[in-house]
Amino acid sequence: MKQISFTLNGKPVSLKVKGEESLLTIIRIYLEQTGTKYGCGIGECGACTVIMDNEAVRSCMILAEDIEGKEIISIEGLSSEGKLHVLQEVFISHDALQCGFCTSGMIMNAYGLLLQSLNPSREEIIEAMESNLCRCGAYNRIVDAIETTSNEIPKKVKL
Amino acid sequence: MRTAINKEELYSRRRFLKNLGGGVVVVFCLGEMSFSSLFAQNHPSLKDLDFNAYLRVKEDGRVDCFTGKIEMGQGIVTSLPQVVAEELEVSIYDIDMIMGDTELCPYDRGTWGSLTTRFIDPVLRAAAAEAREVLLDLAAEHFRLNKTDLQVKQGVISVKNDSFKKISYAELTKGKKVVRSLANKPEIKKAKDFKLIGKPIRSLDAEAKVTGRAKYSGDILLPGMVHATVVRPKVFGSKKIKVDASKLSDFDGVQLVEKGNLVAVVHSDPEVSKQAAKSVQVTWDAPVAKTNQESIFQYLESTINKNKIFETEGDLELGKQDSTIYKEATYHDGYKAHASIETHVATCYFEGDKVTIWASTQSPFGTRSSVARALQMPAEKVHVKQIFLGGGFGGKSNSQQSVEAATISKLCGKPVQLVWSRKEEFMYDNFRTAAVVKVAGGVDSKGELKVWDFDIYCAGTRGTELFYTIPNKRIRFFNQGGVHSFGTGAWRAPGNNTTTFARESHIDVVAHAAGINPLTFRLNNLKSKEMIETLKLAAKTFGFNKEKTSGYGYGIALGQDAGTLVAMIAEVFVDKETGEVQPIRVVCAQDMGQVVNPHGATLQTEGGITMGIGYALYEEIEFDGGKINTTNFNRYEITRFSKTPKIECVFIDKMDAKPQGGGEPAIICVGASIANAVYDACGARVNRMPITPERILAAIS
Ligand code: FES
Ligand code: FES
Repeated sequence: MKQISFTLNGKPVSLKVKGEESLLTIIRIYLEQTGTKYGCGIGECGACTVIMDNEAVRSCMILAEDIEGKEIISIEGLSSEGKLHVLQEVFISHDALQCGFCTSGMIMNAYGLLLQSLNPSREEIIEAMESNLCRCGAYNRIVDAIETTSNEIPKKVKL
Repeated sequence: MRTAINKEELYSRRRFLKNLGGGVVVVFCLGEMSFSSLFAQNHPSLKDLDFNAYLRVKEDGRVDCFTGKIEMGQGIVTSLPQVVAEELEVSIYDIDMIMGDTELCPYDRGTWGSLTTRFIDPVLRAAAAEAREVLLDLAAEHFRLNKTDLQVKQGVISVKNDSFKKISYAELTKGKKVVRSLANKPEIKKAKDFKLIGKPIRSLDAEAKVTGRAKYSGDILLPGMVHATVVRPKVFGSKKIKVDASKLSDFDGVQLVEKGNLVAVVHSDPEVSKQAAKSVQVTWDAPVAKTNQESIFQYLESTINKNKIFETEGDLELGKQDSTIYKEATYHDGYKAHASIETHVATCYFEGDKVTIWASTQSPFGTRSSVARALQMPAEKVHVKQIFLGGGFGGKSNSQQSVEAATISKLCGKPVQLVWSRKEEFMYDNFRTAAVVKVAGGVDSKGELKVWDFDIYCAGTRGTELFYTIPNKRIRFFNQGGVHSFGTGAWRAPGNNTTTFARESHIDVVAHAAGINPLTFRLNNLKSKEMIETLKLAAKTFGFNKEKTSGYGYGIALGQDAGTLVAMIAEVFVDKETGEVQPIRVVCAQDMGQVVNPHGATLQTEGGITMGIGYALYEEIEFDGGKINTTNFNRYEITRFSKTPKIECVFIDKMDAKPQGGGEPAIICVGASIANAVYDACGARVNRMPITPERILAAIS
């Protein structure tokens, strides 16, 4: 067992781990932030997407030993002081979800995209989101939602 | 069986009445049943009992609405409050949905078959209208006035002509505990008076879902809970011979649980539980493989002889003689997974002899029965709680995971969470059945359908009644138990995706053979006036007669499901070199009677079409007998962002009609509309779904 330290949603965390545990288990079970979901466990669905050092990653594919010193943000860390993040707002206003199980992964993946480029084109959005799966079929609305943020983000929310 | 169900219902109702808090409760009973008969031992008919509803106007003026249905993304958590708010004259945001809790909600068999809007809506509307009248009665007593002197708006009852005299629902119900059921049923509103029904309402649960606050079964973390991992065989249907758990001693704190064929390991850390389970060696006796994804069709056709005639008229021979064109073809459809992004999950704990369960199930009451049966305990000792589902599509109708979790919890003496891995999900999913449909159709020199012979293997007859005028026809259904190497079950509009694919592909085949445009051909041969209207609406919205560039094709398909008529037109692009298909656009016109929430209906339609692209183009389970080779999404392609066409949904305007199904119907037409569009684009007639690039290239050459 070894001690690892990182931050989750801005709060420092220190944990004893073996090392091969997945970041998904750490977030969901050890730290009880259950907004991040399990869908496949092999990096194929995106339900477990979180941000690690400003990049969208599949938390099911990240090992505990590789998160030392990292800054991790999960869906719970996206809204601040009770105010929804603009991505959350546009997902609501476009009704870009049905069962909601893929939703936190979708939003975090989109957040990762916006961290890279503030004004993605429709094609860029589709390309960046391609590996996130939604069985309920909310894709078109998700793209529409993300597209509208390119106008809103600069004025509304600091990333 | 019937007595058993009656008992369950009686239990729910008594429990409900016992648990009542303050406020005004309206118990709504269909038919002749009176309130007092709720306590009687002998219930009238089962039918009457199924569709009862409870509403409670609480002391703070908010309204609890109880239903045994569950929310899995189909949006009833929004559309049901909409009808309640309409009749009760309150804000939709003042309604709390209490769903699928077996101790609080009226008995319900399950959320499937696009039944909720058709059968629960009218009941809830009636119950809400009744509640409104009860509140008006109370207000009339309060003001010592006639009810006709009162009016109600946004949860406030006021005296007509004297708007200072008013009382809110909250004030009326404060300190009261009134349980009522009216003998004279009040009228429900007419379409012209609707304020909410027919208006687009955005999903009420969206905020909970975008913030990660919405709780699904796996998000319930209980004190002292252990995570279970079941040791599974490689082959479905294997029997356990022996267990070697000697390596388990390498893991601190694990516990082995065994009962019959169930072998599981539990630990407080899911990672340890998973590792430890891998160390357990089980010897299994596996059934011998009889089929795989290629041989299954031949096998079904040669094995199943038993059949039932579903529809028959005229004389097939005569019809054939009358036809100048006669075409036969066989259509195939492989097994499909439900592939909800949430796998099957159950979290549960025992308190004394009672178990409480959160389960991803479309049938909380069915889960209660299955767990009670498996653990040999009375149903009232099993409490299934309300929870969000991460998709269902028919795949969460059974509740194997709940039985497993409860069994394990009982044996290990701790609260248990069981989350099926994606691999387990692919093994124990009750797949949409593989199926064969053999079709023969004939057309005379005037372009009229004369004969139709339709033999369905396994897919069932839902929605197959012919809406074309054909004087000589026969529809037969061939089926037999034990032909599948694993579980099969309902998949969003069961069977109808497959049979619609076969029928509508073949309609195109005969139309083309007769040299008639598939739109004209359908319009000329349709019997149902409503279907003609629906098709015309689709064709107009799509612009069917528009020119297209090379490589692009249009395809039509018609279908009916859950009372709704569907006309779909798809546009695709086919790359003739690679056989790759790009869906471009889909227009879907539906006659679904009254559309309660056009926005919600649009979401469901878009979702169905998007999901349907998957079964049409990509999805197929690969297997050797009970060994499922498709184990995860890397081997099971579903629709993705880039493959989602532009979608337009239009509805026939029928606000005074009864509402029909909305969650399933649209998806049934996707297979055939894509198949017909592919043919139009490149001349490849593919008779087997999914319509893969290889199959397209093979059909071209
Ligand atoms: S659970 Fe991590 S990508 Fe599917
Ligand atoms: S909303 Fe259900 S999987 Fe995307």
